Amino acid sequence: MKKEWFTISVYSENNVGLLNRISGIFLKRHINIESLNVSKSEIDNVSKFTIVVHTTEKWVRNIVGQIEKQIEVIRAFYHIDDETIYQESALFKIASNLLFDERQIQNIIKESNSQIVTVSRDFFVLAKSGRRYEIDEMYEMLKPFGIMQFVRSGRISVSKEVMQITALLEEFQHN
Amino acid sequence: METLKEKKVKESTQKTIKISGAEAIIHCLLEEGVDILYGYPGGAIMPVYDELYKFQDKLTHILTRHEQGAAHAAQGYARVSGKVGVAMATSGPGATNLVTGLADAQIDSTPMVCITGQVTRELLGSDAFQETDIIGISTPVTKWNYQITSASEIPEIMAKAFYIARSGRPGPVLVDITKNAQFEEFDFSYTKCTAVRSYIATPKPDIKTIEAAAELINNAKKPFIVWGQGIILGKAENELKTLVEKTGIPAAWTIMGASALDSDHPLNVGMVGMHGNYGPNLLTNECDVLIAIGMRFDDRVTGRLEDYAKQAKVIHFEIDPAEINKNVHADVPVLGDAKETLELLLPMVKSNSHVDWHNVFKEKYQIEFDTVIKNDIHPTKEGLTMGEVIEEINLASDQKAVIVTDVGQHQMIGCRYAKFKETKSNITSGGLGTMGFALPAAIGAKMGAMDREVVAIIGDGGYQMTIQELGVIFQHNVPVKIVVLNNDHLGMVRQWQELFFDRRYASTVMTNPDFVKIAEGYHIEAKRVSERKDLKKSIQEMIASENPYFLEVKVEKEDNVFPMIPSGAAVSEIRLK
Repeated sequence: MKKEWFTISVYSENNVGLLNRISGIFLKRHINIESLNVSKSEIDNVSKFTIVVHTTEKWVRNIVGQIEKQIEVIRAFYHIDDETIYQESALFKIASNLLFDERQIQNIIKESNSQIVTVSRDFFVLAKSGRRYEIDEMYEMLKPFGIMQFVRSGRISVSKEVMQITALLEEFQHN
Repeated sequence: METLKEKKVKESTQKTIKISGAEAIIHCLLEEGVDILYGYPGGAIMPVYDELYKFQDKLTHILTRHEQGAAHAAQGYARVSGKVGVAMATSGPGATNLVTGLADAQIDSTPMVCITGQVTRELLGSDAFQETDIIGISTPVTKWNYQITSASEIPEIMAKAFYIARSGRPGPVLVDITKNAQFEEFDFSYTKCTAVRSYIATPKPDIKTIEAAAELINNAKKPFIVWGQGIILGKAENELKTLVEKTGIPAAWTIMGASALDSDHPLNVGMVGMHGNYGPNLLTNECDVLIAIGMRFDDRVTGRLEDYAKQAKVIHFEIDPAEINKNVHADVPVLGDAKETLELLLPMVKSNSHVDWHNVFKEKYQIEFDTVIKNDIHPTKEGLTMGEVIEEINLASDQKAVIVTDVGQHQMIGCRYAKFKETKSNITSGGLGTMGFALPAAIGAKMGAMDREVVAIIGDGGYQMTIQELGVIFQHNVPVKIVVLNNDHLGMVRQWQELFFDRRYASTVMTNPDFVKIAEGYHIEAKRVSERKDLKKSIQEMIASENPYFLEVKVEKEDNVFPMIPSGAAVSEIRLK
């Protein structure tokens, strides 16, 4: 079975230790987590993990089953890239003098559709959201000028299909 | 004082009273119907032990000699009684010593609640004396765990712990309680937990899947049932029996499913797996419909997965959705509690007898009997075999004993040849393969079923891993019968070395102490048998004794367990010699 990129979405209670429990399932199967993001979700007091892995569908199915059986996990799903809308964010810290000395930098900012977050005497910060390859492209363009610091977030994604979490929780309230 | 406390117990539900966290823990245990627990005191759990002292008329605490013993005793108790076993330990090494028991209970789905003391909240993370991150350590081997840092959390968390441990697919739960939470006073009231919103304990059966299962079963020419512990945990023994009798389908069991159906039932065709019976293993690859009930297709059951039952349609009755398609693809997955789903299935299946198919099993049994079983239980050679010892125990106990086995050759022989009339009679470390399990588990099993005979069958290797628990048997006069099958070797590893490592016996020869003297040192009646002529009488004497009894049987040093599916081979490649 061929390996693919999968985005795993986990809806869970917001409890101490759950991250450890979930990451342990990947550890147990010796699978590297490519990226991980934890945030609040559309439901009050429900957290959402977005985990990206490169593996086979059989493994991702087993992993999602084992994640879902953790007591504090409400539901877990997996999707291939085509089934989700996804993005990453990156910050570039660059010396301020380059903004004035290097014309090309201004072009890069415009063309990449990135934003200047702040400008100070010594440095300015560019923020870019988009697909991984777009951020990588921007990185390559800026690299020759010197990047003081760079950071990229984990993937965040929403699925195209409807997530039934609210209905699931409501059903629990009624029972 | 005592009467006041008793009054508090009676009033505890719903009404609030101001008590310490430590006392609250006791009330929680009483509310959950706990009357016995196993443990070992230490600094960080002392406030709870102080309360145990005050409540000793209601709650019996058994001091094991090692925390691992406490965990296994709690498991043995749980497995035989169906109730939640409870073990308690202090922080640091006390907690880490529970880990093997937790892992064992996790993989064998045993309901258990472990309570550990923890350093006071202010000291968490400071590398304090006897501080260890037991939550981090126990996470992969618990169904759920939680650290309580404030007394007010105790009732809700304890209620949740017991609910999670016993509901759905059972498992171990660890509750770590910081010392400050044990001292703090708070208003106590208790409400039992009946649901957790993020947790579906038992999936609701989908009638369509059961109809699909019934159709496959009704049209099958060579159907075959393999059941596991799910039958016992789901209390579905009667439903299984009815199903087997109505449909006439030959049924085999995994090691964890043993004793759910009478060993002498004509449709009980034996054990599957690495050292299981010849017929059920071989015919797994000849059946047309494989009906798996409450089992998880462990690698020791399936052998090489690519060649496991490929010709068959697989129906998988299972409570845990994560087990569906994990190892073996299920053509018809039936989610739900075994009792519930089998009850729904029963009226849909047609009566049948499958005589010809059943005769194939009989033929295979005859082959196995002639080449293996006969020599195991009626040996003609001089040395004693493990099989004949088990056979004598069957005879002396009228097949009514709870048989507790450790891990290794004696375990495989024990599970192959022990015969059962009652359910919950085979207590063994199935998934984890924990040597040292049997002696403490037998103590727990006896306390969980005082009216039953409990016989621990242990190898000389595993016995010495938890031999200190003889102290518990002596101190509390626990009338368990201990049989050590002594071959002066780590027999199973030695067998593999013989078969697959050109007889290089690396570290498998044991120079053993005088086991009889050791038992006598604990004032346990003890005897050694090394000749066949003394075997029957010694076992009868042991079974007849009303006290703890130790019997060492010197068995043949280099016997092998057969049949055997070599590691990585297909079930159909099972070897008879």
